[in-house]
Amino acid sequence: MLHLAEGLRLPTNGLDYTLLGIYFVVVLGIGFAARRSVKTSLDFFLSGRSLPAWITGLAFVAANLGATEILGMAANGAQYGVYTVHWYWVGAIPAMVFLGLVMMPFYYGSKVRSVPEFLLHRFGPSSHLLSSIIFAVSSVLIAGVNLYALALVLKALLGWELWVSIVIAGFFVLAYITLGGLSSAIYTEVLQFFVILAALIPLTVVGLKRVGGWGGISDTLSGEKGDAFMTAWDGTGIGSGNPLGANWLTIVLGLGFVMSFGYWTTNFAEVQRALSAKNLSAAKRTPLIAAFPKIFIPAVVVIPGLIALVMEPTLGKTKDGLQYNDAIPVLMRDLLPNGVLGIAVTGLLAAFMAGMAANISSFNTVFTNDIYAAYLKKDRPDEHYVQTARWVTVVGVLIGMGTAFIASSFSNIMNYLQTLFSFFNVPLFVVFIIGMFWKKTTPAAGFWGLLSGTVAAMVNYFWFYKQGVIDIPTDQGANFVSSIVAFVVGSVVMVAVTLFTKPKPAEELAGLVYGTSSPGAPELPEKGDDVWYRKPALLGWGAMILAALCYIPFSF
Amino acid sequence: MSDMSNKSAAQQAARDVEELEQRSQTAARLFDVRRIIGGLFVVYGVIVTLAGVFASDEDLKKAQDININLWTGIGMLVLGLAFLLWLRLSPTIPPPDAEKGAGEGAEGDEGTAGTERGEGGSTK
Repeated sequence: MLHLAEGLRLPTNGLDYTLLGIYFVVVLGIGFAARRSVKTSLDFFLSGRSLPAWITGLAFVAANLGATEILGMAANGAQYGVYTVHWYWVGAIPAMVFLGLVMMPFYYGSKVRSVPEFLLHRFGPSSHLLSSIIFAVSSVLIAGVNLYALALVLKALLGWELWVSIVIAGFFVLAYITLGGLSSAIYTEVLQFFVILAALIPLTVVGLKRVGGWGGISDTLSGEKGDAFMTAWDGTGIGSGNPLGANWLTIVLGLGFVMSFGYWTTNFAEVQRALSAKNLSAAKRTPLIAAFPKIFIPAVVVIPGLIALVMEPTLGKTKDGLQYNDAIPVLMRDLLPNGVLGIAVTGLLAAFMAGMAANISSFNTVFTNDIYAAYLKKDRPDEHYVQTARWVTVVGVLIGMGTAFIASSFSNIMNYLQTLFSFFNVPLFVVFIIGMFWKKTTPAAGFWGLLSGTVAAMVNYFWFYKQGVIDIPTDQGANFVSSIVAFVVGSVVMVAVTLFTKPKPAEELAGLVYGTSSPGAPELPEKGDDVWYRKPALLGWGAMILAALCYIPFSF
Repeated sequence: MSDMSNKSAAQQAARDVEELEQRSQTAARLFDVRRIIGGLFVVYGVIVTLAGVFASDEDLKKAQDININLWTGIGMLVLGLAFLLWLRLSPTIPPPDAEKGAGEGAEGDEGTAGTERGEGGSTK
């Protein structure tokens, strides 16, 4: 069990609790107010496919801005230095743009309600059931991680026992998702996005002043950790050592291509936000709008990690002292006066709850839509599935509370999540990318590709890496390699199986494979969607160029 | 959800979704999130700005001589007012309430005959 250091208790007062209390009331209010909009299962699972792009876009980025981002990436910043920006500029933006421009027409146009449902239509029941079960299991695991991170913060803040926090936070998420379904999840995510920025921006500003600006951080950490610590690419040549334990090839291929595309393009907790958009144009723009805030989030997450390291050089050094995950709470304790401190506490809690809510709302959709309605109880009236989804939410949150305790065995929460993603998402991405672009890919190939990729990643991680068969310096480096292994094994198996099995008839693949279109009339563009700032291609390429430009100051 | 004649499962599922879209109530009854963001940030902005106005020397010293409550409070207030202004200038567009025949295909015109517009004013 990871314990926070003694004395991390925040000096909160009544003012801070008032701000926190207001937020909880508003969140419950959203749940109750959204309840009246839920009439069909489509309302509950996908907000009736009716939301505007700016809402789904902010929800898309906020669903990712949970425990993973804030504690995990600040921790990575303190541990690995400026290399952490790779998780954003190489490890997110290209994949988000690819999802919006290339994959979204198939997802949204085919009217599937979930990522596994796409597999059902493209391949068939065996890969569908496998990926649904894997997704359902991993969602509740990750929900547990979010809940655990939240409990750490509450323990630091209020001194509550972990289990008390887990039960209370779980209850709030349960309440608003059960009431309003995806609509309340998305609305709270949008709200959370602004609150967390209102917390992180002041934290960064005050922190920078404390350590003498960027120049101060740079001088101190270059002196202590070496110059490479403050650059994005120095020391990433193959064979040379760096804090990340990865070279440029594993960064670009493992993180930037395989892992990131696996996460952003096939993780239903993210894709679900885009599927709830009101039309195809809005669905395409969802990840593209999200890409712009994503580019700038390291400024308020990674920089605080570096500031924390300057202020507390012992961070992560000793078992009993401050850990990397404490970076943000330490800054909150030392720099923020009451008032903004309350906003910061609220923002963190909101982010953790939203992260968990994203997992729970995608879990209830996949379980109800893809397991229950597809295999257990078919052809019931729609109301029955709304009812079931509400119960599934309750059960999912309860299991999440249980898994919150599993998360405690890794010292860096991020590593735990990355490990899971490399096992589950990468093989799924392989199956998607090959299935979408190669018409001949057979149903059997989908299933065996998914299974073999997942197993290969696990074998690489738990056997080759953990048992020391191959030498990789860090967990992160091992994750990158596991992803590449999963990708290669999955694709080879898919191609091999395709050569010996029977493909689906071409007419069943309309709208599911590149070069085909969905049957029926093409969707008419909505009035106003043709203005220049709503053009998906411009948004997408703009984000790519901006991300590339961001590398320049850290590369030379 | 009948009509299984020589259609693939994918097309059948797509038609089910279309039918659910016709019956969906979200577009008609879900309140506008701008109201919530605007409301919350105005309230937060006022509280935090006041904390900045009455900041103690200790508070200022802790935040490296920046009156961070004041600046953050003003920022939040401006954001909140901006959302309320946006809502005023371009209000929620009520979906057309004419009953549409099934299978029209075009998005954004989910038929919602005779339902009142949700405003969600009760949440603040």
